[in-house]
Amino acid sequence: MPEIGLPDVLAAILALSLNAYVLFGGADFGGGVWDLLASGPRRGRQREVIAHAIGPIWEANHVWLILAIVLTFTCFPSVYARLGTVLHIPLTLMLVGIVLRGSAFTFRTYDSQHDATQRRWGRIFASASVITPVLLGVSIGAVASGRVGSALKGTFSDQYISPWLTPFALSVGLLTLTLFAFLAAVFLTLETKDRDLCEDFRRRALWCGVAVFFASALVLLLSGDAAPLVRAGLTRSQWALPLHLATGVSAIAVLAALWHRRYRLARLAVGLQVSLIFWGWPLAQYPFLLPPDFTIAGTAAPDSTLRLTLIVLAVGGAILLPSLWYLFQVFKTTPADPQRPAAQP
Amino acid sequence: MSDLLAARSQMAVSLAFHIIFAVVGIGMPVLMVIAERRWQKTGDAIHLDLAKRWSKGTAILFAVGAVSGTVLSFELGLLWPGFMELAGGIIGMPFSLEGFAFFTEAIFLGIYLYGWDRISPRSHLWAGVAVAVSGAASGIFVVTANSWMNSPAGFELVDGKIVNIDPIAAMLNPMAFQQTLHMTLAAYTATGFAVAGIHAFLLLFDRENAFHRRALSAALILGVPAAVLQPISGDISARSVAAWQPVKLAAMEAHFETTARAPLTIGGFPDMETGEVRYAIKIPYGLSLLAFHDPNAVVRGLEEFPREDWPNVPIVHIAFQIMVALGTYLALLSLWIAWRALRRKDLCSSRWLLRAIALAAPMGFIAIEAGWTVTEVGRQPWIIQGVMRTADAVTPMPGLVVPFLLFTLLYCFLAVIVAWLLYRQIIRSPKSSDWSRVYRASPAHHA
Repeated sequence: MPEIGLPDVLAAILALSLNAYVLFGGADFGGGVWDLLASGPRRGRQREVIAHAIGPIWEANHVWLILAIVLTFTCFPSVYARLGTVLHIPLTLMLVGIVLRGSAFTFRTYDSQHDATQRRWGRIFASASVITPVLLGVSIGAVASGRVGSALKGTFSDQYISPWLTPFALSVGLLTLTLFAFLAAVFLTLETKDRDLCEDFRRRALWCGVAVFFASALVLLLSGDAAPLVRAGLTRSQWALPLHLATGVSAIAVLAALWHRRYRLARLAVGLQVSLIFWGWPLAQYPFLLPPDFTIAGTAAPDSTLRLTLIVLAVGGAILLPSLWYLFQVFKTTPADPQRPAAQP
Repeated sequence: MSDLLAARSQMAVSLAFHIIFAVVGIGMPVLMVIAERRWQKTGDAIHLDLAKRWSKGTAILFAVGAVSGTVLSFELGLLWPGFMELAGGIIGMPFSLEGFAFFTEAIFLGIYLYGWDRISPRSHLWAGVAVAVSGAASGIFVVTANSWMNSPAGFELVDGKIVNIDPIAAMLNPMAFQQTLHMTLAAYTATGFAVAGIHAFLLLFDRENAFHRRALSAALILGVPAAVLQPISGDISARSVAAWQPVKLAAMEAHFETTARAPLTIGGFPDMETGEVRYAIKIPYGLSLLAFHDPNAVVRGLEEFPREDWPNVPIVHIAFQIMVALGTYLALLSLWIAWRALRRKDLCSSRWLLRAIALAAPMGFIAIEAGWTVTEVGRQPWIIQGVMRTADAVTPMPGLVVPFLLFTLLYCFLAVIVAWLLYRQIIRSPKSSDWSRVYRASPAHHA
């Protein structure tokens, strides 16, 4: 293994901030998925719990993505330029999804409480919550398959469509959506004091845990031809077996904890499981950012920039992490059940 | 429409849209904090109601600002990969700092908006302060990156290659202070007068309404000092443009010929064929005085620069006239308000003053849009002044008119919805016949 340099450290932090986005931002998108799939006699109450769970935190959670973007263009400028060029179409569509998800959610909160209006915003919010993770996953899949990092040539379709419109990239999109929905369902079990509602989310989480298994298997299956680097990493490297074992153990822990209604344990385990699945990707394509041509060391900005970025990260983190801890302390230690105001005299 | 023009138009639409929400995100938290502080000091529940209503409006605007800001951070790469590849490592630092400031702002806004019943009043007020401070900081960092595009620093260009990158020197580029000062004051002026204008308008019909009176007073505390200081900051900015971007200054003034004792050209339409400005008022020595603080100074005209390096002169000149005119109105209005306030006269007893404030409601925002037109169009054809042309930075992807139309439609739709939602908040404001009943019933009133 080559010596770990400053660029590697920043690439790891970049991956960490994406990991945080997957865990926190992902769960917010997953909430939208369950808003769309709300069903049964408690349909309306499920949506209320979801809205109250993500209301105070989604904007903060969303900034993890911006942090990842900023780190990419500061530390690995040519990687950012290539991403924006080849993935122009899926990223543009993802942005439309991000815009519609956030604004429709806010509009629903502050627009008239009439059912028709609420349903209209709810539908936009929920569909955007489904489409955006798929496009994020498709973009990641395209990177992993090595079709973003290889030379640009050929027709419009060769350059701007076929790199990401592949069965493999789509399967990563599906996996991303499933993971986000899984995270959300597990987290939501802790967001209500109502036992029936809790059971609704528990059932969803259990089914979704099974779906995650199949979606992961599909990705691994399709990776054979489409993403040889990832396939090799996930099957033949020395860390592959420990990673799969750890993922398997945490997956079983989530399902067992859900089964026994140990929701706090399930929340911890699901965070671990999803992170482990996520880390399979950067580990498999190390030392590449965009295989096959863009390596971490080869695309890194000069050391002067990287060192300063590291200092900024340290100072920023010293403000950010306690603030985040406070945010979650305020809103996530007790269920977010809407407090119904006492009837007005 | 060429791809370059489509890309520039998409960037322009995205910036013009986002900046309104970004500015509100800087100004509104200050107003909420003022109102909440007044409530905690006086126990007057109207201030609390004000803080809560303002925070609802801010929640809507901040959400749209957050998502449209995300669009911009992606568009830098989607539309201008050539620029980002060259500049990312140089000006990434202010963007990283902005990332953290924005993070802090989002966290504490969440706490502020949803935490009324969950944390102590003291902590709640401090959460508001944190939002205000981080909002201002995040604006300052982003404008720093923009000022680097106007006065690039912190690197060396050797045979077309960037070497010796010094991100701190890049961040502290020669125009950073001038531009950030001007923009921060603009944000406070625009927000302060937009809010003051709305409430002044409502006071014209309901002069004793305590709700609107308190709102007006809080908004003016923010808007008036900023508007008075803005012309001074404008003067500092203009001199830095004269020093670092003489072509931009010449375009702003539609100053074609190099002359000593240059006059200031007010208004008019620049005729690009003859190099004259029709229907303009000329103030002798004005431009030399403003740009160099010396009536005899030589001001270089457009003729000194190759034609292909000129920005679009009529657009830059007219946008600059609009910005200055509106800024002047707001500054004079602020002096009038300050003069009345110093003599302890009731602001609402003058209908003319209320009308003048109501008229000012959109002016700060129009001035900001015009000012950014001057900054951005005035820098063309460069994306980084003197270093990289905009045409060399644009993505090779064809068909850019499609995303341009897509985002234009999306933003028009959002603008209509936001306007409607804010209007709903305003038409629901308590009438003076209601508020006495509402607030007398509230327990906080007796506290």
